[in-house]
Amino acid sequence: MTARDEILARLRTALADGPPPVEVPRRYRRVDDRPDLVEVLIDRLVDYRAVVHRGIGALTGLLAEVDRLAVPTDLPADWLAGYAGQVRRDAPPLSPAELDVVDAVLTGCAVAVADTGTIILDAGPTQGRRALSLVPDRHICVVRTDQVVGLLPEALTRLDPRAPQTWISGPSATSDIELNRVEGVHGPRRLEVVLVEA
Amino acid sequence: MNRPAVDRSGTGGAVAPATGGGRIRTPLPFPTMAARAVADTQLRANLHRATRTIRAKRARVVDEVPDWQALRDAGAAIKADVQRRLPELLEQFEASATAAGATVHWARDAAEACRIVVELTRAAGAEEVVKVKSMATQEIELNEALEAAGIAAYETDLAELIVQLGEDTPSHILVPAIHYNRAQIREIFQRRMPDAPADLGDEPSALAEAARAHLRRRFLSARVAVSGANFAIADTGTLVVVESEGNGRMCLTLPETLISVVGVEKLLPTFTDLEVFLQLLPRSSTGERMNPYTSMWTGVTPDDGPQDVHVVLVDNGRSAVLADPVGRPALSCIRCSACLNVCPVYERAGGHAYGSVYPGPIGAILSPQLTGVADNASLPYASTLCGACYDACPVKINIPEILVHLRQQAPHPVAEKATMRVLAWVMRSPRRWAAVLRLARVGAGPLGAYRERRSGARTLRRLPWPASAWTRSRDLPLPAPQTFREWWEKQ
Amino acid sequence: MRIALFITCVNDIAYPATGIAVTRILRRLGHTVDFPTGQTCCGQLHANTGYRTEAMPMVHNYVDVFDTYDAIVAPSGSCTAMIRDQYPRLHPPAASVAARTYELSELLVDVLGVTDVGAEFAETVTYHPTCHGLRMLRLGDRPLNLLRQVRGIRLVELGDAEECCGFGGTFALKNPAVSGAMLADKCARVRETGARVLAAADNSCLAHVGGGLDRHRSGVRAMHYAEILAATGATS
Repeated sequence: MTARDEILARLRTALADGPPPVEVPRRYRRVDDRPDLVEVLIDRLVDYRAVVHRGIGALTGLLAEVDRLAVPTDLPADWLAGYAGQVRRDAPPLSPAELDVVDAVLTGCAVAVADTGTIILDAGPTQGRRALSLVPDRHICVVRTDQVVGLLPEALTRLDPRAPQTWISGPSATSDIELNRVEGVHGPRRLEVVLVEA
Repeated sequence: MNRPAVDRSGTGGAVAPATGGGRIRTPLPFPTMAARAVADTQLRANLHRATRTIRAKRARVVDEVPDWQALRDAGAAIKADVQRRLPELLEQFEASATAAGATVHWARDAAEACRIVVELTRAAGAEEVVKVKSMATQEIELNEALEAAGIAAYETDLAELIVQLGEDTPSHILVPAIHYNRAQIREIFQRRMPDAPADLGDEPSALAEAARAHLRRRFLSARVAVSGANFAIADTGTLVVVESEGNGRMCLTLPETLISVVGVEKLLPTFTDLEVFLQLLPRSSTGERMNPYTSMWTGVTPDDGPQDVHVVLVDNGRSAVLADPVGRPALSCIRCSACLNVCPVYERAGGHAYGSVYPGPIGAILSPQLTGVADNASLPYASTLCGACYDACPVKINIPEILVHLRQQAPHPVAEKATMRVLAWVMRSPRRWAAVLRLARVGAGPLGAYRERRSGARTLRRLPWPASAWTRSRDLPLPAPQTFREWWEKQ
Repeated sequence: MRIALFITCVNDIAYPATGIAVTRILRRLGHTVDFPTGQTCCGQLHANTGYRTEAMPMVHNYVDVFDTYDAIVAPSGSCTAMIRDQYPRLHPPAASVAARTYELSELLVDVLGVTDVGAEFAETVTYHPTCHGLRMLRLGDRPLNLLRQVRGIRLVELGDAEECCGFGGTFALKNPAVSGAMLADKCARVRETGARVLAAADNSCLAHVGGGLDRHRSGVRAMHYAEILAATGATS
């Protein structure tokens, strides 16, 4: 008997008592009724020690201090308007070593969850592949206000489960020393969010 | 170690659920190990500080969620549904993951799971792997198996790295190095991390920076990564890893080959179910609204992440847990550690006292079920049944109820059994109980009067074994000069 | 209403004053209390230590003795929790009598609708909410609300009040090191309050903490809160 068949047979035997069907009570909130979701998002991001900027204009100032910038292949051209530094477009795909020497990466996102301060990338438009937003030490992420939802259940309906996803809630951090959170381990140590009106 | 569990199904010839092997057995009884921990004042101080810190953080972020109880109810029900439909959901997961380009393997026990990972690593031509913190791989003792096969395994989670460098074992589900303070961690880094800065301080930020520098090159050049998974989605074949540091993202994204070792109980029916669990888990574990990073992948995505993706589905005793209708909810555990952090016994005994990779209240019910109660007989008693764990559990596992249930199956000491039987024989009969009450009062009368004259209290200060276990730390009250029923009858 | 007192075995033998107190409180409020002498033990010690089979005759005895009463009051959070939580599972016909079994504060506050029981007790008191009362019965503020109405009492808050004292039935014997460490912390919190009386809803927990306080000659008296509610100044 293969391991597969044996395990499945064991589990079927284990359920011989015939547990009754389960009705899952979904009485939790599915929609956030707070009017100021963008403010909630900012509050959460700041709490995680992310830096938040408002308006696409802020991007110019941010990028002024970046010499080498990695970007996904489909980044909107106007996000780089006036940028004088070196643009490293991810085509052909940049190697981990090449990504390790850029100063920052600029991406968009798929959706942002105000309640938890979470920005979700699903490899969709303006986001690129996973390694791109991982290896550079500074991640600048543009979030449109129409991408902001209140609660997690609202976000899930906007995502393709089969696309590779990265959920980001602040810069990389650890609580492994005396259970106190400190920011900055292996992922980008700086997360900067630029909120723009849709 | 792997053997059929008691077949409670009454199905006769069917394949019986089996107990598991690996690091899930107490080498010494809990009371012995715990007594050592209690005597270690540094350990006590470290655990006290850490558990108090995380308790306060958890309470704060749980209290702000108005629908927390509704989320718990949903989480518990989804997990109960998964357990009920586990065989079909596993088949569904296998089909979805395979269709998405992953290769699914099945392991009956710890040894078989290790063998599969070793073979896959060799097939990839690698002599080392980078690892994402995973309870399943700790449980099956994968690092030891890889080492025996000549493959170096590098833990990349900060706490796992500390434990690995210190040649220690994890003492907590979420924070395996919770038993160390910052000064001890610095000392381990200075002693065992060749590239640690000479002037390394003990601020957590400096220690985190040292770990970053130490692992950076290894991440960028790794060819094989080994992970666990927090959740496996049956209808899409998606795996989910929840983490903080980014070491998980590094391992899950950069290597060519990714091998994920996943307990069969980790399934969720649908992607939508994550809306419940990704609210429950971070707030319960690190006390954050959301953990810094969550990664999800479904098989292979062309030109994005590992192109050689494997999933090893492990039983290793889970079928035995599933076979017990009362103990079954232990499979609902999402490894958040909330029960450890609120447990007054864990706070004093520490994780190592539980012997298994699963310490604390959840370990006290899960380990004995994975191995069979006889192999971990002291663990169901490693609790005062105070109930703090049940209140904190995000999926409402009634840990005290399961502890009491497992105590019924535990082998009992001969003297205890005799005492309990005599006591039960007395209590079964109101006449005998009344007689014993009278006898106890009369027998203890002179002693009580003597003690009362000497110290003003009717208590005993020192008694021989086994009552010495009580009188070591506290006085023992003597029967009153008049029982209640005597007072009642005299009225 | 026919009210019966379930004294519990520990109280019968070692803490009769608690049972006397419950009787006095209820009589003072104008109720008749019965004490059926056929009662023995709820079986908690056996069931929770792994001797459920041996506990079953005690469960049956409890049902036989108390089934005809409208309300049964027990001055013990953990015995009440045993009956209410475990009896219906161990012996389904016990569900009805289990539902009519109340811890003292539940009977007073929920069934009889009283919070002022006319007590007077001029002492500094701190209250330890015992685990089974707190987390299984969900007694909440009931005992404290009763104590707040006592004339002359000075209630002081206990630090880490909701943490277990380390008793846990046979836990104290099977795991003496951990139990002793928990006890030491609980005693320290009690002493920090400066209270002269430690009150709780369970004499077994009080025997544990009180035994620890006595060992260090702390001068703090452990007392079931029923005895405070029964006090009228004149007798205490």
